[in-house]
Amino acid sequence: MEYESVIGLEIHVELDTESKMFCSCSTRFGEAPNTQTCPVCLGMPGSLPVPNKKAVEYVIRTGLAIFCDISLFSQFHRKNYFYPDMPKNYQISQYDIPLCIDGHVDLEMEEYATTIGVTRIHLEEDTGKLLHIGGAGRIAGADYSQVDFNRAGVPLMEIVSEPDIRTPEEAKAYAQKIRAILVSLGVSDCNMDQGSMRVDANISLRPVGREEFGVKAELKNLNSFRSLQRGLAYEIERQTKALQNGEAIVQETRHWDETKNTTSTLRTKEYAHDYRYFPDPDLVPMEFDQEWIEGLRAELPELPDERKERYMSDFGLPAHDANLLVETKATGDFFEAAVALYGGDAKTMSNWILGDLTYYLNAENVEIDDSEVKPAHLVEMVKLIDDGTISGKIAKEIFSEMFKTGKMPKAIVEEKGMTQISGEDEIAKIVDDVIAQNPDAVKEFHDGRERAFGFLVGQAMRLTKGRGNPQLINKLLKGKL
Amino acid sequence: MAISEKDVKHVAWLARLALDDAEVEKFAKQLDVILEHAGKIAELDTEDVQPTAHAIPLKNVLREDKVGRCLAPEVALANAPHQEDQAFVVPRIV
Repeated sequence: MEYESVIGLEIHVELDTESKMFCSCSTRFGEAPNTQTCPVCLGMPGSLPVPNKKAVEYVIRTGLAIFCDISLFSQFHRKNYFYPDMPKNYQISQYDIPLCIDGHVDLEMEEYATTIGVTRIHLEEDTGKLLHIGGAGRIAGADYSQVDFNRAGVPLMEIVSEPDIRTPEEAKAYAQKIRAILVSLGVSDCNMDQGSMRVDANISLRPVGREEFGVKAELKNLNSFRSLQRGLAYEIERQTKALQNGEAIVQETRHWDETKNTTSTLRTKEYAHDYRYFPDPDLVPMEFDQEWIEGLRAELPELPDERKERYMSDFGLPAHDANLLVETKATGDFFEAAVALYGGDAKTMSNWILGDLTYYLNAENVEIDDSEVKPAHLVEMVKLIDDGTISGKIAKEIFSEMFKTGKMPKAIVEEKGMTQISGEDEIAKIVDDVIAQNPDAVKEFHDGRERAFGFLVGQAMRLTKGRGNPQLINKLLKGKL
Repeated sequence: MAISEKDVKHVAWLARLALDDAEVEKFAKQLDVILEHAGKIAELDTEDVQPTAHAIPLKNVLREDKVGRCLAPEVALANAPHQEDQAFVVPRIV
């Protein structure tokens, strides 16, 4: 039987505020344990939480950016559970009236376009961080745990999608798009390494054509877009096999293990999903007027979709390039800085950024903002190609060197004597040598084998150590043959 | 009976209370009386009454995003029965 997967994502994002959600402790990441706490975020009796206005604004901005309805009335609830990451034994969250509902995100996949619904966006507080001692750091098998409450109370936004996602690739594209939007809005740095963006996935299978959902598994520990895609792909395979063997899928939470490439049942303290939500008596309701919301809407910055349109209309880029360039805000910023500096064809900049730069960034696992190659490097290098100082082939070597050392291309060219050989006499001599040394290839060429010509050009490039002007070599070789 | 012994056991477990059988029976009766009393409200016609989460007419009490002072870690940890590396220590969770 053919199955299709039904996937929904819950994306938790720490908002980029200075202070916590309900108290004035700093939200700074990476400080010594328990240095950023106070009676409110430690849940001391008698302390009173007061919501952070900026966090509320950030959630509404997000809602506006993904076409949600904004609730004119909203309130906070207590979600009750016992777990050592929350000192109060409840988490302040939202329940029946989240700040935003009913939005959507458009995705452009390689072959088709699709829309993923967003059920709701609500605001809550993050929990403390547990460090498990013993048992290789995993909760199962640990001897005991240390608790650091620096993170407890950091504003946390949860974006819940509809189960509209059908493939791991769509899940990845959706999560990346959400990140690009949030970074453009400036509401979060969405740093997955530091946990400021965390993605959980619900996934079930159903026979193609059936309406009802199958039994779902919840997937956790998806710490990168790559994990998200691979974890889901694994889960689809696992569930497909189980269903084909007539086994029932158990509703459970599963842990993705990136190194082992598998998911396994996550043993958590048995959660009765009986959170007994009730309105937090310490927090009064929020009411917004439409005018204020429209003000926030008017202040929205350019979003990835708009940016993409602009790249296509203003720079004449193909949709494929534009899509990739707006995937992260930093890439788009790099591109625009380069284009402004260059003044020439934007597509040339796009080619280098999506080609060599992306290749090295991925290979070395470097973020574009931390790259040694800045727009100025790229532009100077492309200008050297344009004025014939270097060939495209040499440029690739220079690029690699720039990426390693951050040296400017002109300096690299001088240092290594990489200038292009464009002297007609010099090239003519080399072409003569190539013809003399390769009689077989010359004969093949005369027999009509076009491929032999390419071989001879290659030989000439080799003799010039890649510095020969390819157009000139072509021209002279053709003439002499 | 509006509340069963099973309900009492469930609520006790949620609140991490260890009750013996006699207590379960006793609390079931007591809670039943309380629920019955509160149930009187259900007799009212509340068709046109908005649910009220707060009795006081306050809204939009928000604070500016400003960092203030935190507790010194030794103060924050002062009441912790167990601590290590400036962290609260809790027994194994699962």
